Amino acid sequence: MAKYIVKRIILAIVTIWAVATLTFFLMNLVPGGPFLSEKAISPQAQAALEAKYGLDKPMFQRYLNYVTSAAHGDFGDSLKQRGRTVMSIITMKFPVSARVGGLSVLVSLTLGIPLGCIAALKRGKVTDSVISVVATCGIAVPSFVICTVMMYFFGVKLGVLPTMGLETAKHYIMPVTALSFYPTAYIMRLMRSSMLDVLGQDYMRTARAKGLAGGKILFKHALRNAILPVVTYVGPMLAYTITGSFVVEKIFVIPGLGGEFIKAINGRDYTLIMGTTIFLATLVIVMNVIVDIIYKIVDPRIKLK
Amino acid sequence: MKKRVIALMMAAAMVVGLTACGGSDNNTTTTPATESGDTAGDAATGDSAGTEAPAATTEGGKVLSVQIGPNPETIDPALNSAVDGGNMILHTFECLLTVDQEGKLAPGQAESWEISEDGLTWTFHLRDGLKWSDGSALTANDFVYSWQRVCDPMVAAPYAETVLGMVEGYADAIGGNLEALGVEAPDDSTFVVHLSSPCSYFGSMAAFATLSPVQKATVDANGDGWAVAADTYICNGPFYISEWVPSSYIMCTKNPNYWNADAIKLDAIKFNLIEDPNASYSAYQAGEVLFIKDVPTEEIPSLTGNPEFYVDPIIGTYYLSLNTQKEPFTDAKVRKALSLAIDREYVANTLMQGTYSPASNFMGPGWIDTDGSQFMDNANGGKPYIDTANHEANVEEAKKLLEEAGYPNGEGFPTITYSTNDAGYHKVVAEYLQQAWAELGINLQVDIVEWASFTPMRRNGDYEASRNGWVGDYSDPSNMLDLLYSSNGNNDGKFNNAEYDAAMDISRTTLDAAERSEALHKAEDILMAEGGCVPVAYYNDFWLQSDKITGMWHSAYGYWYFMYADIAE
Repeated sequence: MAKYIVKRIILAIVTIWAVATLTFFLMNLVPGGPFLSEKAISPQAQAALEAKYGLDKPMFQRYLNYVTSAAHGDFGDSLKQRGRTVMSIITMKFPVSARVGGLSVLVSLTLGIPLGCIAALKRGKVTDSVISVVATCGIAVPSFVICTVMMYFFGVKLGVLPTMGLETAKHYIMPVTALSFYPTAYIMRLMRSSMLDVLGQDYMRTARAKGLAGGKILFKHALRNAILPVVTYVGPMLAYTITGSFVVEKIFVIPGLGGEFIKAINGRDYTLIMGTTIFLATLVIVMNVIVDIIYKIVDPRIKLK
Repeated sequence: MKKRVIALMMAAAMVVGLTACGGSDNNTTTTPATESGDTAGDAATGDSAGTEAPAATTEGGKVLSVQIGPNPETIDPALNSAVDGGNMILHTFECLLTVDQEGKLAPGQAESWEISEDGLTWTFHLRDGLKWSDGSALTANDFVYSWQRVCDPMVAAPYAETVLGMVEGYADAIGGNLEALGVEAPDDSTFVVHLSSPCSYFGSMAAFATLSPVQKATVDANGDGWAVAADTYICNGPFYISEWVPSSYIMCTKNPNYWNADAIKLDAIKFNLIEDPNASYSAYQAGEVLFIKDVPTEEIPSLTGNPEFYVDPIIGTYYLSLNTQKEPFTDAKVRKALSLAIDREYVANTLMQGTYSPASNFMGPGWIDTDGSQFMDNANGGKPYIDTANHEANVEEAKKLLEEAGYPNGEGFPTITYSTNDAGYHKVVAEYLQQAWAELGINLQVDIVEWASFTPMRRNGDYEASRNGWVGDYSDPSNMLDLLYSSNGNNDGKFNNAEYDAAMDISRTTLDAAERSEALHKAEDILMAEGGCVPVAYYNDFWLQSDKITGMWHSAYGYWYFMYADIAE
């Protein structure tokens, strides 16, 4: 296992480097720059800004400088939000997104897994149909529609939930619900199909033939095997969800990281583009390693090499 | 069994760990700015997540909750170039002079000021006992420091040239020799500026947010970062920032050290940093904010006639740039024909839902002539350049001009491309142009370009026709007429007319008000006769405002003044 982890870490570093390099050159190939606005600034001011942030140097030189300082943990200053470092933006905004996203993942798991199991056990019955319809809707309806509908009814019409910010527990209800919709539905479907698959296996029949109690069959034999696809899905999903959703954050005025990804690209905030991309890439990789380890624990037959 | 427990624990740790780590410090920038900030409006600080704190954290105090834009990129006066940042600075800083409700210059930090006879020396006399929001004394030397800082290449202030370009020694100062800038403080309460050439509107510069005083101590100690955290954001205006949760809200609390603090009735203003117009609108409908600047355009038809919906002009024009270096736009007749074919009343009143006004001139309402009257009233002998009410006659005229240019009924006219970014009404205007120019027999292709690519493309002249627009920084007409000066960085149409440049040169150097006015009007005459650009509509600001707010006003520069506002119960 230790050997496996070391191997994965080395691989992770190479992957992150590749992601960073690709992003760096791609973003520099796109026209535009961070210091442009409708009103042109004077050529001196433009030159001074470029000199200040080292943008006057050739691209390859800038790439080397960036990689060197990033390797030392310095991700530079934001070019648009002057006075803030990329690190300070991420450390300030990520916790907010992580809190909302983490809660929604928790909600998705606690709802999605049991509902998926119930649907599988009641296959073909009314319960199964109802759950399947709900799941299909959850996957098909985009989150901004859910946000807007909720906002209209609970925020404006009934006035029972606050429409913006994250000051109290009540503020979390709408954004977390909106964010949970899709993953809950997806987990439900994953769980249902893999549960159905497992329930048809020979060892399930054996377990029943042995006269084991229904609950024990379900939890010890069925669930454990059926949950593997969900684990696979949840790892990267968690990484994406806790880094924030642009749409949900914008609608509910949540100061999270999701908006920074988009705004950085639209504003050509090069350092922030790099910082957020590397951050997300790292999270996804870490999640994948954790998923692999959980795999090994859930199913000891799997060998980590 | 044991393994299952571990598996569950790890899965839980994945989620809970990341959730919990967020709980530690979400409000990292939440400390009151002053030691003496023990007013009723002092915002509660610390971690409010999960507690039952009300949305506006002040209890018993009068807090005005408003939305005037998203999270500002910067609120450092020297660095800001955006209207929403400017609006924050307006409430937290005060310049030597201010602009009053009538749009006239009024005393600010300076109680009085005088101009030497040659117009080259401006002397400002500061009020007694001025203080920063942290209670320390503010003197004329602070202005010397702040104005020099605007020239500092390491600061790279985008507006340096606009506001200080006419000051003696500017060229040296912008190169790094800050001491060369012609500003001095003979004593603590006198601030003197030496200009290299007379500038009749320099008073507007003295009231320009870029030239707000900033405190050397906090800038030295915190670098660029001084303006991103509440506790280091030392200011001198009617309010100070007591709390800033980026992308969420900025809480501005009444500054007890402000010289006119007695006139301030609010305890705090909460600027909600909402980006999405629909979110703003929901918050307004739910009563969580009393004022929103960003109203969803699809709601406007239902809002017209509503007393809470305001439309007020700002100095600025929505116009089209035609690339005068490319065929067929090299011909003034073609440019004018394209201009005349546009039904401006329809564009402004119908397509833009009355949130813009039809533009008959380049310089719209709000620009002030040298004698203090409306520039527009004196233009073209008091007549509009384009009679927007008579569209049919304009189209006939356009057809005639096109024929004279050698394209009868548009025959032989190449297919042209109109470039624009997709925001606001830009796309509907583009579609309208296709239709309007088709009447002349001209084929138009619309090219929608992403914003960040659009600006450099237009600036480099890589387009044929494109959307353009300008909102004035100050009300002197030169601010917008300069755009068409041959060497101006914003001259996207590459309009190059020697007579125009000559008129603008006169306006810059003359000391005689009448001569200056004449030169500026001549410039606009030339511009309109040559079709140097195609004005389409004048900008307005439109917003929703609860009738509970009293004592606030909106300026032609696009700013809202909440400092003297009150909330009626």
